[in-house]
Amino acid sequence: MPLWLDLLIRVAAVMAGFLVLPLVIGQAEHKVMAHMQGRVGPMYAGAFHGWAQLVADGVKFVQKEDVTPHDADRTVFRLAPIVALFPYLVVILTIPLGPGLVAQSLDIGLFLVLAVLGIGVVAVLMSAWASANKYSLLGGVRGAAQLLGYELPLVLAAASVAMAAGTLSLSGIVEAWRPWWLIWQAPAALVFFIAGLAEIRRPPFDMPIADSELVFGYMTEYTGLRFAFFLLAEYVGIVVIAGLTTVLFLGGWHGPFEEQLGWVWTLLKIFAVSFVIIWLRVTYPRLREDQLQRLCWLVLVPLALAQLVLTVAVKSLL
Amino acid sequence: MTVADVLLLALGAVAVGSGALVVTSSHLVRSGLYLVVSLGAIAGLYLVLGAELVAWVQILVYVGAVVVLLLFAVMLTRAPIGPSPDLDRPGLPAALIGGGVGFGLAVLFADAFHWVRYPYPEPGTAERVGEQIFGAWVLPFEVVSILLLSALVGAIVLSRPDIGARLAPEPTPPAPTPAEPPPAGPEQPGSERPGPDTDDAKAAGLAADETEADQATDATKGAQA
Repeated sequence: MPLWLDLLIRVAAVMAGFLVLPLVIGQAEHKVMAHMQGRVGPMYAGAFHGWAQLVADGVKFVQKEDVTPHDADRTVFRLAPIVALFPYLVVILTIPLGPGLVAQSLDIGLFLVLAVLGIGVVAVLMSAWASANKYSLLGGVRGAAQLLGYELPLVLAAASVAMAAGTLSLSGIVEAWRPWWLIWQAPAALVFFIAGLAEIRRPPFDMPIADSELVFGYMTEYTGLRFAFFLLAEYVGIVVIAGLTTVLFLGGWHGPFEEQLGWVWTLLKIFAVSFVIIWLRVTYPRLREDQLQRLCWLVLVPLALAQLVLTVAVKSLL
Repeated sequence: MTVADVLLLALGAVAVGSGALVVTSSHLVRSGLYLVVSLGAIAGLYLVLGAELVAWVQILVYVGAVVVLLLFAVMLTRAPIGPSPDLDRPGLPAALIGGGVGFGLAVLFADAFHWVRYPYPEPGTAERVGEQIFGAWVLPFEVVSILLLSALVGAIVLSRPDIGARLAPEPTPPAPTPAEPPPAGPEQPGSERPGPDTDDAKAAGLAADETEADQATDATKGAQA
């Protein structure tokens, strides 16, 4: 296969995943939330159980006027949604679906993922400050504090599984994974999942958005397509966090007939974790700012450090 | 010129250009954002040079943490949208020093290497960096770790006044034997904790606030009357 064709197929596959998976997750969120709350959710768009609701939403967003506040810093304001979306696009490149089935295999994929996810904070601060709105700024500062804090347990938990596998490559970690790691790495998995939830600012960690006190946090002033970009970033964020949890802690493509059906197992696990993320949104009330920081620094960080000790102990015993 | 050369030149131009914008821009927050671009371009340079790990460390530490803390601090204190001309310093001495250092370094490098062609070293993969750090350079690595750890502990001690702070001398009757610590028995639970003091202080502060508020309302009433 010539190089350009190979490259084209990879880019097309990633773009397809980037555009389709968030729509599926978004629709699932509409429906799952509705049924958990005793409603039916969207039923009309697309005729069958409202499957086209998000497409309709997208069309609606495109039609809306692109408003930039008068006092805003226009350039920064307009760049922020793209900066918010960019890290997730890079991360999706590196998540392996099956044996050898990855858009870009990297030796230190895990490190790249953790580094690039950190750029999200810059987007939050940019959108918050450039909006020239005090609610936006408050939400942005809250968001930055949250993202900086929760990056620590996220990295420590990922470091634990990387130490267990002895590699930083995501594919290598899946290959080294064994079912009993589910117990060995269970605290790290929990810490990673919770910290990931906070990284994508999903409820119960949506203090930066907190619609009842901050209107909509750093997204308050955004309309139309730019707002849709932020929403897309949120749903791609769910895919990314679910995908990373799957790859690092749930064994990725491992399952019956993994040589042929590996990608099915990965996708199934990603959807299962995404379901839990949606479930948590319906279940738990929003954490207050002090509770949120307390959970991070007094529970998750010590837990992740203890897991590191456990990992080293078990690893040196083997 | 190879693709790598072109990329090096382009990324270098981006890094230098945005670096110049950091110091010349009169928009406070935009300077910080230009710094993000500059440091990101330097990470790109590392990547082109084959130092993969260093590039991602650059992104993780500088873009993801250091600049964010900087922006965070600026936004917590003062971050006007638009130019702030009152913050400008005279640019001539800075330009002289910066240009002089840059020119001097360039001369030094040109003199030291004389356009010699060197073979590319092996790429700095995570494996190779790890072997070097935990093999040949393990002692400096550990020393730096201890330095960072002590800085961390120092930061925590400084930010928490309840650790190791000297108690303020009490103005009312001086204790007869200040050298001897009072016998802390089990019948005095929590005698070492500064809890009640801080509570008192808070209460006092609240009271002060209330009286101030009362005075303010009185003043407004007076003004209205």
